[in-house]
Amino acid sequence: MIHIDINEVRETNLMIEKENLDVRTITLGIGLTDCADEDVKRLCDKVYDKITTRAEKLVATGEEIGKEFGIPIVNKRISVTPAALVGAGACKTPDDFVLLAKALDRAAHEVGVNFLGGYSALVEMGMTPADEALIRSIPVALSETEVLCSSVCVGSTKAGIDMDAVRLMGEVIRETAYKTADKDSIGCAKLVVFCNAVDDNPFMAGAFHGVTQPDLVINVGVSGPGVVKTALEQIRGASFDVLCETIKKTAFQVTRVGQLVASEAAARLGVPFGIVDLSLAPTPAVGDSVADILCEMGLTEAGAPGTTAALALLNDQVKKGGLMASSSVGGLSGAFIPVSEDQGMIAAARSGALSIEKLEAMTSVCSVGLDMIAIPGDTSAARISGIIADEMAIGMINGKTTAARLIPVIGKGVGDEAEFGGLLGSAPIIPVSKADCSDFIARTGRIPRPVTGFRN
Amino acid sequence: MNRVIITVVGKDTVGIIAKICTYLAEHGLNILDISQTIVQGFFNMMMIVDMSSLKEEDSFQAIAGDLEALGKDIGVVIKCQREEIFDSMHRL
Repeated sequence: MIHIDINEVRETNLMIEKENLDVRTITLGIGLTDCADEDVKRLCDKVYDKITTRAEKLVATGEEIGKEFGIPIVNKRISVTPAALVGAGACKTPDDFVLLAKALDRAAHEVGVNFLGGYSALVEMGMTPADEALIRSIPVALSETEVLCSSVCVGSTKAGIDMDAVRLMGEVIRETAYKTADKDSIGCAKLVVFCNAVDDNPFMAGAFHGVTQPDLVINVGVSGPGVVKTALEQIRGASFDVLCETIKKTAFQVTRVGQLVASEAAARLGVPFGIVDLSLAPTPAVGDSVADILCEMGLTEAGAPGTTAALALLNDQVKKGGLMASSSVGGLSGAFIPVSEDQGMIAAARSGALSIEKLEAMTSVCSVGLDMIAIPGDTSAARISGIIADEMAIGMINGKTTAARLIPVIGKGVGDEAEFGGLLGSAPIIPVSKADCSDFIARTGRIPRPVTGFRN
Repeated sequence: MNRVIITVVGKDTVGIIAKICTYLAEHGLNILDISQTIVQGFFNMMMIVDMSSLKEEDSFQAIAGDLEALGKDIGVVIKCQREEIFDSMHRL
């Protein structure tokens, strides 16, 4: 039966060619618990061998699928079991963990992926000695590797927030910033602090292969802010009903492409398909911006009054449209609002329309959190921890994933810009309240599980 | 069925379809449907081609590469994509 219409073909190809529709990432999750060993060298060898054999064909397969369907598959990536678990038997010190970090980085280079995530620890209820050693190793690990990404989950709705880990992360972020000060503290762009981290997120820097996952799994992240914006250009002034329907329809189409690519990749690699993450993930390219969608809805710039409502609407319609388009939706799935990776957000931060406080409000309705935000290099560790604690509290109480990827740019202050390059983009340094929270952050222990966490 | 969509976009000129059809015939590939339209002054053509008779010495990648090069010769853009991407986007 021939039923493909030339106009539909044209529509799809325009989305790809003019509106930056792409598959943002095919991420191969690789379980590393079977590599555990008591000897660091043996552990590193086993980890390297497993990654390089299991992911041998990942990049080539991704390229092949991209060519056959005529859609760019921008990134091919790997997520692994949180390294604090894998290394617990062998790594007794932060230095031991750095050896593991380097083995992961070498393996990623060998198979040609552009990021490997999972240099992670999950410490919602407290840190094991291995967790703490890994966290303390992060500044050195991230400054001495290239494509390794790190994340630490410090809280959840079911566990509360480990404030000891929050305090430590403030220090770790500052130290990572210092160690990569020559490159505008770019190390911090590869480090995420999470509340309610998910096991199947294909997007970096927060991807890791959760312990609930099978040995290998394919997760795919789609994108397409430009496609949504173009669709909304056709319905200027229309009612919210029409607005929502248009976003849903577009999200459905975009997600269907993700599903197609995901099942194809899974079949060719002989690996189970996990999830499609239907996030709207911007890039610094013009026409690939989530902020521009908000403007198309009727705001002059992101950060204007009404921004949180517009973002809430967008996030929800994206989920609704995407859910039916895939056999299994997961990951973070919604709208990302990274500042440095979105030219509309950059412009709004530059003009002063977007403050860190407004961004915090937006994170209560977006799919992740305070993302890729450049802050003054002299922001104290305690104040960084304070910002993290606020963000984690939003996630904990509302039962959603929140994250903080903050970059204190050493040597720079408000009015300066940080340049990270490539997909990570650039960002104006935005001001952080000078008010102090060090006595609050100095308290030890945890914020216990909230009443919203008792659903049993 | 193993079908691909070949699209041609560019300035209209003599012999575009002839050249593509000749190439496909030489490689034993059957055209199931052709449609064309002019959008904003540009020639848009779409062919549905059956790839199940693809010869052993040919591959999808090679055919797509040849057609892309052929397009450059003529001065148009020729893309070769598997049908499923359009199917999944536009059909429930």
